[in-house]
Amino acid sequence: MALDDRKRAFKVVGTRVPRPDGIDKVTGRALYGADMSAPGMLHGAILRSPHAHARIRAIDTSRAEALPGVKAVVTSADFCRAKHSFNQDALDHCMAREKALYDGHAVAAVAATSKSAARAALELIAVEYEVLPHVTEIEDALKPDAPVVQEDRRARNAPEGTHPNVTHVVSFGHGDLEAGFARADRVIERSFRTAATHQGYIEPHACLASVTPDGRGELWCCTQGHYYVRELCADFLGMDTSQLRVTASEIGGGFGGKTTVTIEPVALALSRKAGRPVKLVMSRDEVFRASGPTVSSWSDIKIGMTRDGRITAAQAMLRYQGGAFPCGTVELGAMSAFAAYDLEAVRADGINVMTNRPRQAAYRAPGAPMAIYAVESTVDELCQELGLDPLEVRLKNAARKGTKSAYGPTFDDIGLVATLEAAKAHPHYAAPLCPNQGRGLSCGFWFNFGGNTCVTLNLDADGTVGVTEGNPDIGGSRASISMMAAEELGIPYDKVRTIVADTASLGFNDVTDGSRVTFAVGLATIEAARDMIRKMCARVAKIWDIDEEAVIWEDGCARPAGPNAGDFEPMSIAEIAAIANKTGGPIAGHHEVNADGAGVSFGVHLVDVEVDPETGHTKILRYTVFQDAGKAVHPDYVEGQMQGGAVQGIGWALNEEYIYGEDGRLQNPGFLDYRIPVASDLPKIDTVILEIPNPGHPYGVRGVGETSIVPPLAALSNAVARAIGARLHELPMSPPRILQALKG
Amino acid sequence: MSRIHVRTTINGDAVEYLCEAGQSLLDVLRDDLGLTGTKEGCGTGDCGACSVLLDGRLVCSCLVLAAEADQRSVETVEGLADGDRLHPLQQKFLDHAALQCGICTPGFLVAARALLEKNPTPSETDVRYWLAGNLCRCTGYDKIVAAVMDAAAQMRKG
Repeated sequence: MALDDRKRAFKVVGTRVPRPDGIDKVTGRALYGADMSAPGMLHGAILRSPHAHARIRAIDTSRAEALPGVKAVVTSADFCRAKHSFNQDALDHCMAREKALYDGHAVAAVAATSKSAARAALELIAVEYEVLPHVTEIEDALKPDAPVVQEDRRARNAPEGTHPNVTHVVSFGHGDLEAGFARADRVIERSFRTAATHQGYIEPHACLASVTPDGRGELWCCTQGHYYVRELCADFLGMDTSQLRVTASEIGGGFGGKTTVTIEPVALALSRKAGRPVKLVMSRDEVFRASGPTVSSWSDIKIGMTRDGRITAAQAMLRYQGGAFPCGTVELGAMSAFAAYDLEAVRADGINVMTNRPRQAAYRAPGAPMAIYAVESTVDELCQELGLDPLEVRLKNAARKGTKSAYGPTFDDIGLVATLEAAKAHPHYAAPLCPNQGRGLSCGFWFNFGGNTCVTLNLDADGTVGVTEGNPDIGGSRASISMMAAEELGIPYDKVRTIVADTASLGFNDVTDGSRVTFAVGLATIEAARDMIRKMCARVAKIWDIDEEAVIWEDGCARPAGPNAGDFEPMSIAEIAAIANKTGGPIAGHHEVNADGAGVSFGVHLVDVEVDPETGHTKILRYTVFQDAGKAVHPDYVEGQMQGGAVQGIGWALNEEYIYGEDGRLQNPGFLDYRIPVASDLPKIDTVILEIPNPGHPYGVRGVGETSIVPPLAALSNAVARAIGARLHELPMSPPRILQALKG
Repeated sequence: MSRIHVRTTINGDAVEYLCEAGQSLLDVLRDDLGLTGTKEGCGTGDCGACSVLLDGRLVCSCLVLAAEADQRSVETVEGLADGDRLHPLQQKFLDHAALQCGICTPGFLVAARALLEKNPTPSETDVRYWLAGNLCRCTGYDKIVAAVMDAAAQMRKG
């Protein structure tokens, strides 16, 4: 669906209206995953492996079952085999089958009449483990004698002799690398490491499941995609998809981490066995140990540059680990690594390695931050060595319309150059710095996604409009969807109400991911509104007894197209709605689409830091985010995405990491030891929204949710490098590591 | 297991409940009294989502035993608004788009209320340090801090 030809003056889009779920959320009325209860409800609890890698020889649940109050105990034997291996991995992550593959892997679950009885029952389950050697780090998992995490999962396209832990081998690029490096005045090669981080949503996974003996099920859960949850759970329980209704609760943050199932199939299995509703809520410890964090990485980058700052060739070798299951995230890393650059010779290779860690889940621009961190740090080091301005070098090499991207497609209208120019012109870039201070910048990129989308608009008898969509609202999307419906229909924002439907009430919708909702659901809403307008015009044509083509829609009213159409008073949407029963019955608009044309997104971050040479502590002095939104539908929430992503990236750069002990156990599964940024760590995060319309959306909208987490890693690293005169090649840049770098 | 009889005041109303000796105030609020506005993010006092006022003092209700509320006064997010009139903090959170997912919002509102009752003229730094015990993963805190500063200014005007 293309950008509208006419230059439109927006009336609703671009304003800062109140969000429809706001009052519920400031008064405590909004219902999240753990906030729902049901009559006769039981409480579930999950027993988790204390071993990083162990064969499960036997599970004896008899003593737990005998405990008063216990109504059901389930293990992997209570689930079907999944239809596809990818789905089977999702199930095996929820409940271990033959082996426990990581510390925290679920092995059994109970449902009991109280939380305390459920917890007591866990202690009565006897699991006989055969502890196996484990591996948690990428380097170790690639060694010839490394334990094999899962047999028969090696990538089919892997060269002979590749370690069985290598599950994916990917490669992208074009041009003659050798010739490119030969043309360079300076070529450097560097290795980088990034730690695994967790999405850190404040709401732990939670659900309420109810399965009846006739095979019907109801599931209430916090998820980014309830249709996908339904598909997986129905598969694992052998249910017909239509018989399982999933309702998405309000969601307390996801960032990609709630795009799959974690506890939902377990709650359903418990409910089915007990014959009663079961609530299951993860503890924070369980969230860290057993829901998906992001990948960790070990990457080699080689870049050649001329004296005047032109990149002649660029090469990357990315190695990611995404836990105990095959994981394709490295492909997105290899595709995005050099996306910001217009390069004649480029190649990005990647492999994924299995380790004894939890199955990774998507985390905001999955795969991109670690790859682009490595590239942007190397570019910055070349700028330092050649005495070049890092922003000018980005501009000189920036991808633009017509650039053949490093991952294949040729870019259409993109906002990178405009974003870099905005950063260059901003007072932040020229502000003076003091000793121990440094300024860093980095570009960021994300593909964005469209996907399967289905939207219905219902015209009510009083002329107000209900929008029914199927994507959980993570950060204000109901507001932006209502705004686009109001804009298109020509009615006030407060005459529209958008709800997120359950899986039985609307056709399939892809998960809320890929920054797709404002783009794809917005697009489908606009089309559904146009469908409704066509129907309203047809009704009016019938009343006026003229051709349908002779009726047009303008400012919320049907009007004659011109003097030849006849002389009629405009009919408002309320007037049309009031007599709909006499003109053909209810009026609704509908649209379904598998949307493409999402339009890639670029951002540039500028940061000033001060490093304390005594303690190695990094203080952020000033931070500015520049990002192309295509068209900012609700600027408050666009800014919110830019600020929130930046701060998650700051945490990744400075503090956050999964730390495993030699025993293969996670050492820091709590917010005290896994420290995410708090308000006092941060200055104001300034934002500059650029609007370079996306040719693939009628209003020019691009997704904005993910790009903002990409640049902070390198921006911070580049700032620290300039502040202390030494470069770290590993994240997080915790104070001990900075002190080490200062010592040389 | 015998249960403990507690008489307390919650958001100005007299409330009685029976609790287990090991049960947290948070669990009783949420599971027994239906006051699910108070959220559990960690259960270890690290995230602040379960913030309530106990005799006017800001506490993590996950670290308070339900039995400890006996003969005391508890205030939660549900008690912030005066009927259909939002508290200035609630209104400013909406005006400044200070929430995205909203799960941390009740805790921030209760914590910010405690701050403004103690210090009606906080600096931005005061606000950032006072709220350092409340985690938000969506917003980067910027709009939250702005909302609290703006609410303070409005409350000073009366």
